[in-house]
Amino acid sequence: MSHTTGEVTRPTTVAPPTRTRRTGRIPVALLLPAALGLLFLVLPLAGLLVHTPWSTLPQRLTEPGVLTALRLSVQTATLATLLCLALGVPLAWLLARVRFPGRRVVRALVTVPLVLPPVVGGVALLLVFGRRGLIGSWLDTTFGITLPFTTTGVVLAEAFVAMPFLIIAVEGALRGADTRYEEAAATLGAGRWTTFTHVTLPLVAPGIAAGAVLCWARALGEFGATITFAGNYPGRTQTMPLAVYLALETDLEAAIVLSLILLTVSVVILASLRDRWISAP
Amino acid sequence: MRATRFRATLAAFTVLAVVGLTGCGGDSTDPPAGGDGISGELTVFAAASLTESFTRIGQDFEAAHQGVKVTFSFAGSSALATQINQGAPADVFASAAPVNMTTVTDAGNGDGEPTVFVRNQLVIAVPKGNPDGVTGLSDLTKPGVKVALCAEQVPCGAAARKALDAAGVALTPVTLEQDVKGALSKVRLGEVDAALVYRTDARAAATDVDGIEFPESAGAINDYPIIVLKDAANKPAARAFVEYVLADTGRSVLTAAGFQAS
Repeated sequence: MSHTTGEVTRPTTVAPPTRTRRTGRIPVALLLPAALGLLFLVLPLAGLLVHTPWSTLPQRLTEPGVLTALRLSVQTATLATLLCLALGVPLAWLLARVRFPGRRVVRALVTVPLVLPPVVGGVALLLVFGRRGLIGSWLDTTFGITLPFTTTGVVLAEAFVAMPFLIIAVEGALRGADTRYEEAAATLGAGRWTTFTHVTLPLVAPGIAAGAVLCWARALGEFGATITFAGNYPGRTQTMPLAVYLALETDLEAAIVLSLILLTVSVVILASLRDRWISAP
Repeated sequence: MRATRFRATLAAFTVLAVVGLTGCGGDSTDPPAGGDGISGELTVFAAASLTESFTRIGQDFEAAHQGVKVTFSFAGSSALATQINQGAPADVFASAAPVNMTTVTDAGNGDGEPTVFVRNQLVIAVPKGNPDGVTGLSDLTKPGVKVALCAEQVPCGAAARKALDAAGVALTPVTLEQDVKGALSKVRLGEVDAALVYRTDARAAATDVDGIEFPESAGAINDYPIIVLKDAANKPAARAFVEYVLADTGRSVLTAAGFQAS
């Protein structure tokens, strides 16, 4: 994305012909914990793979409920990410570029959904958007709209939990970006909006992409806020994590298969997007 | 200087050893209060719906057997069954459904046969005052009445399915909750107009909900089995606890919470 706007190219992004890293031995003090960290992350996945009932896998894949839940998961996570982009990027810009009183407090508030247990987040959403909620009761009486137990409710729950990931990533990218380009655009007569759309956005596009990927991944795995706010009904609000949880109640193998499907789909999507969006070395 | 300190330490150890030995001797000859020689730690894995009553029973049990410390782990019966089969250190397992008990006994982790100690029955939980005037299952199919059920994979959902089938009521819920507390909280928050929950849960939430009894629930009664586990570290205390639950002492607490005696 950033390469299409030709005029503004950061000197640092001009890649050398051969990407030779700084040579020298890799310090053991870094290599050892790195290897341990990788093992720690990958071993549970290996545990899943070891216990996968490969013989019944194709049969389970074709069960209609599985594809319904998978489709719903991908759709709601994508919609939630779009919602987060529409609201989160401007909020990140505000936090990074505009000095206003209480900015620290706002920055801390943005991270609240990160520390809040998702189930509590779901209850909080019910208290605001529920049938008796602050906004929900008004929506119900004025427009006849109720959000709990709907697919829209799933999107809202996922966006609530996932938005901080996007905001933090984008704000970090904005604060790390060189503001001289924006200043140059301003001296050339560009307004703040034009600067934002023509200079700032292309400059931090990789950061936005990374944030969107994090946001999408978090939304895809969302469980607590979803089941609390949107409930669990096949085809409408039952996403993959909810299906996995319920399968766990009766059938461990089915739960493992469902988890693997979700993992595979998300890894494939993320890997293909990563190649396209983020210029991975 | 050093020698003196060594001697002092030695003396202290000797005193401790003597006290310890006499202490042990005293234990073997004089039984502690309770008169049955039961002591030590006891770990009980119990279904979440037993939280209130078993906590109370545990306190009573500790009072009756000085020297016993009861620790509970309350969770969904299926999660507990999985943990036990994966080697979790538990002495007693109390399940909210026979199927999860079978998971444990089939894996050879039970000591003897499980005993059904109570039964639980479904009621219709409605907001306090019953604003929709619900009197039976058929009222739940009225247009505009939102109902929460448990998912069929968990015991309260299986019981609800049985009861609805017995009544011949075709009900489309707005949500299939992961456990009975989830269904109940949707009523408490006013998001649904009714939910099928256990009588014990409705009674525990009596400040917010009313429990409406309905005849078809008699055909979907849930048995609660209890068992001493094969790998129990403290079998005497585990057996005593199961006996205590089955005796009038435990039953009175359970029936007060809304359970039916088995």
